[in-house]
Amino acid sequence: MELVPRVLEGDRRALARLISLIEDDGPPAREALAALHPHTGRAHVIGVTGAPGTGKSTLVNELAKGFRRRGATVGIVAVDPTSPFTGGALLGDRVRMRDLAGDPGIFIRSMATRGSLGGLARATGDVVRVLDAAGFAVVLVETVGVGQAEVDIARTAHTTIVVEAPGLGDDVQALKAGLMEIADILVVNKADRPGAAQTARALEIALELGRNNAGPGKDAAWRPPVLKTIALDGSGVAEVLEAIAAHRAYLESSGLWAHRERARARDNLLRALEEELLGRLLAGVGEAAIEDWVDRIARREADVYTAVQSLIENR
Amino acid sequence: MGERLRVLIAKPGLDGHDRGAKVVARALRDAGMEVIYTGLRQTPEMIVEAALQEDVDAVGLSILSGAHMTLVPRVIQGLREAGLDHVKVFVGGIIPDEDVSALKEAGVEAIFGPGTSTLTIVEAVRRACSEG
Repeated sequence: MELVPRVLEGDRRALARLISLIEDDGPPAREALAALHPHTGRAHVIGVTGAPGTGKSTLVNELAKGFRRRGATVGIVAVDPTSPFTGGALLGDRVRMRDLAGDPGIFIRSMATRGSLGGLARATGDVVRVLDAAGFAVVLVETVGVGQAEVDIARTAHTTIVVEAPGLGDDVQALKAGLMEIADILVVNKADRPGAAQTARALEIALELGRNNAGPGKDAAWRPPVLKTIALDGSGVAEVLEAIAAHRAYLESSGLWAHRERARARDNLLRALEEELLGRLLAGVGEAAIEDWVDRIARREADVYTAVQSLIENR
Repeated sequence: MGERLRVLIAKPGLDGHDRGAKVVARALRDAGMEVIYTGLRQTPEMIVEAALQEDVDAVGLSILSGAHMTLVPRVIQGLREAGLDHVKVFVGGIIPDEDVSALKEAGVEAIFGPGTSTLTIVEAVRRACSEG
C-alpha cells in the first residue's frame, strides 16, 4: 500500500486518494487503516453539531482560523446528507470555508452520509483517524444538520460542541433527551438576533436541572459552558476556543481522555464486528433467501423474528 | 465501477450570480453523484486545491463574465501541476462560438451554453468519467 507512507509524509494528494478508498471500503482501505493505526491518537477531535442553519460551517471556519493563529494544523471533515432516493448528495459546507483556502496547514474534506443515519457517514471515524495519522493537531468534524437524536458524533469526538440558534424552540426542547446531553460546550450562535438571551438562559436552566442527577458516564465535574457567538463576524469565537482548550485540559487531568479513547475503541470494534458479521451472513444466505423471507413477512405468513432465527441457524 | 462519481462545481471570477451553477449541481445530485459546491468568486488556485482535497472525477466551471479565456486555462494548468490530469473539466455559461475550439484545445471536455438540457450535461459527465 504505497499511499500510506506518502500520507505519513504529508502528501495531500495521497491523503485525498486514501480518504476516497476508505469511503468506498474494501480490502485496500482496511490494509491502509491497519498500517496507519499506530500513528493515530494524537489529534484533538472536536465535533460540531446542531440543527440545519444554526451556523455550524461558519463556526467551523472561524474555529479553524483561530487554531491556525495558535499554530495548530487543522483537518476538517464536513458531512452532508445523501439522498435516500438517488444516492446523490450536494456537499455545500465549503461555501462557508472560503477563508481557509490556500493554507497548507488546513485540509478540508466533504463527505456524504451514504445511508448512515446518526449524523455522520459510516466512514467518518476512519477518515478522522487518517487525518490524525497524517499529523493534523486538530480535527474538526461537522455533522449533518441534525434533529434531536443524531448523537454519533459524541462517539467520535473528544469534545462535542452543540450549536443552537435563537428562535428554534421553547425551553422544554432543552429538557428533552438526546442532543443536549452530548454537549461538552453549548454555543448559541447568531447571538445578534432577537431571543438569543432567552435561548442561552433556557440552556443554562436545563443544565442546572440536570446537574443533580448526572448519570453514569456524564461527569458532573465538567459543567458545559453556554457561550454566545456571532460566527459571521467572529464575535465570541475566542471564548469558544478557550473553552475547547479548558475541556481538553479537563479530559487529560481527570483521566477521561484515556477513558474516552477506550470507549471509542470498544465502540469501533463492536461496530466493525457487526458490519462484518452481517456482511458474511448476507453473503452466505444470498439475496434470494432474504427476498423470500421479505415476501413471507409481507404476506403475514411469517414474522421477522422467526425469519431471523431461521436465517441464522440455516445459513 | 461501483464507486460514486464526485464532481466539483465552482464559479471562478467575479460575476455575481450562480443560478445556473446551482441548477447543474442539483441535476448531477439527482443523477446520483456527489457534488461539492464551492460558491461564488473562486480563484483558479482555490478550485484546484478543492479538486485535490475532495478527490473529484470532474470539475464544472460556470462563467458568465467573459473571463473564460483567462480563467479556464489557469484551472487546467493548475490541475496538471497538481498531478490531477485525470480530472475532466467542463465549462458552462456564456462562451462565444469563436472561443469554443480554443478552450477544447486547452483541454476542456465539453462546453454547455444557455439552453443545454441538464440531461445532456449528466450524460456528458458520466461518459467522460467512465472513459477514465
